[in-house]
Amino acid sequence: MTLFDYIAVAAKILFIVGLAFSTVPIMVWFERRGAAWMQARVGPNRVGIFGLMQPVADVLKLLSKEMFIPAAASKFYYNLAPAISAIAPVAAMAAIPFGSYLIIGDHKVNLQIASLDIGILAVLAFAGLEVYPIMLAGWASNNKYSMLGALRGSSQMISYEIALGLALVSMLLVYGTLDLNAMVVYQDQSLLGFIPRWGVFLNPLAALIFMISIFAETNRLPFDLPEGESELVAGYHLEYGASKFALFFFAEYVAMLMASGLFITIFFGGYGLIPGMGWVLSFFQSSLSPDMFQNLTAIAQIAAFVFKVGCMMFFFVWVRWTMPRFRYDQLMHLGWKILFPIALVNLLAVALIIAWIGV
Amino acid sequence: MTKIVTYKEGRLDKYYIPALLVGLKVTLKQFYKTLFLGQATTINYPEEKREYSQRFRGEHFISVDPTKTENCTACYLCQTVCPADCITIVAGERPEEENTFGVKKEKRPVSFDIDALRCCFCGFCEEACPKDAIKLSRNYEMATLNRETAIYDLDHLKREVKDRG
Repeated sequence: MTLFDYIAVAAKILFIVGLAFSTVPIMVWFERRGAAWMQARVGPNRVGIFGLMQPVADVLKLLSKEMFIPAAASKFYYNLAPAISAIAPVAAMAAIPFGSYLIIGDHKVNLQIASLDIGILAVLAFAGLEVYPIMLAGWASNNKYSMLGALRGSSQMISYEIALGLALVSMLLVYGTLDLNAMVVYQDQSLLGFIPRWGVFLNPLAALIFMISIFAETNRLPFDLPEGESELVAGYHLEYGASKFALFFFAEYVAMLMASGLFITIFFGGYGLIPGMGWVLSFFQSSLSPDMFQNLTAIAQIAAFVFKVGCMMFFFVWVRWTMPRFRYDQLMHLGWKILFPIALVNLLAVALIIAWIGV
Repeated sequence: MTKIVTYKEGRLDKYYIPALLVGLKVTLKQFYKTLFLGQATTINYPEEKREYSQRFRGEHFISVDPTKTENCTACYLCQTVCPADCITIVAGERPEEENTFGVKKEKRPVSFDIDALRCCFCGFCEEACPKDAIKLSRNYEMATLNRETAIYDLDHLKREVKDRG
């Protein structure tokens, strides 16, 4: 690797981490303001213009508080849990492509931190790590409510990972690759000439199952039973305060970001241009050199990716303030007796269709 | 007779999805209404205030005549009618030189205490008063830092209140 490559990788890491760190405050703000708007309230508007500085005030408060460790807690694991919970989703984002490539001088820079052939498996592996902080936090806190929250959280995440995995396998059959970049390229074509060949149009059932599963995976309402405040006080992070709680809070939103990115990449064409953007870009094609046009396209792709992820994040908030929480047995019933069989049948159907008529 | 509304579950209801979509539509509509049409039901309280009825019963005051002499003649009617037992009056005689209206205001309250923490704002005292002396203003911001300041004495009650606050 040359010096240029190191700088390119560092810049890409900065972009992704910066995206994560800047999305979280915006999401915290939007979660509160958006909730207010959906409930016909005004919402927090005191700190800064439109209350945009509210997350800053929240974070300053959380960081300046006393770092408290319960006497009966297992100290090492108690401290380890929030660290893992914050790192895992950020690491998973490394394999998600956010643009095709830039041409700087005579170098080609892929807009993806880690261009892995098995990208999707790497993302799932890091996403799977998110079970551990919940279990560790619940167990190490030495609190019955935390313990119950951890049990709920871990069993829920493992149950829904099955439906998620099966929905994903059906899409892998369609794409014939594990490389996230190749999937996006595949989806960049158009279907029947007028709609983009996105996964959601090829296999809407898998998209629905996958979407429901990522809600359960990220512990968002209607599946936020690990935190169910009416019965478990705060669930697995009950004994956490100050900056450790802030890390859990941060992790929840980064996990949402990562899950949205993955969902977009598999089902909504990833960084592929939104219909209409290609038409606008074609006006510049003649006046720019091919390299510059590629760079312009890459920037448009980053914008498209951010826009799509933003829509997905809005959807997360929208659903949260619409749906009531499930009861735990209903959650398990949905996961094992409804989503699991549907995902299996869907996988079988997709496999048969591909075997008979090809992709 | 209340009307009984029944909803027959159709085949689609079994799959929840249509109902979820209806729910999503409701919240999105409200989101649009609040954000773009400004139809929030809450207000920015200390800056904006709710317009209450003209008959709102808030913080008490005692009306005064042009010479700032209270209209109260310590007749004890309000204290008697008060269901919460929050008014305590000590009656006395007004000194000759202060009694600008001759015999009319010979009797006066030496002290007139209302315990606002006990008061239930029923307005019976206002109704009972033959001199229209004790009244309830429209001020509802009566928070205090301690219990002592919530007991209104005569000086506080005689404050100037325009148009009932």
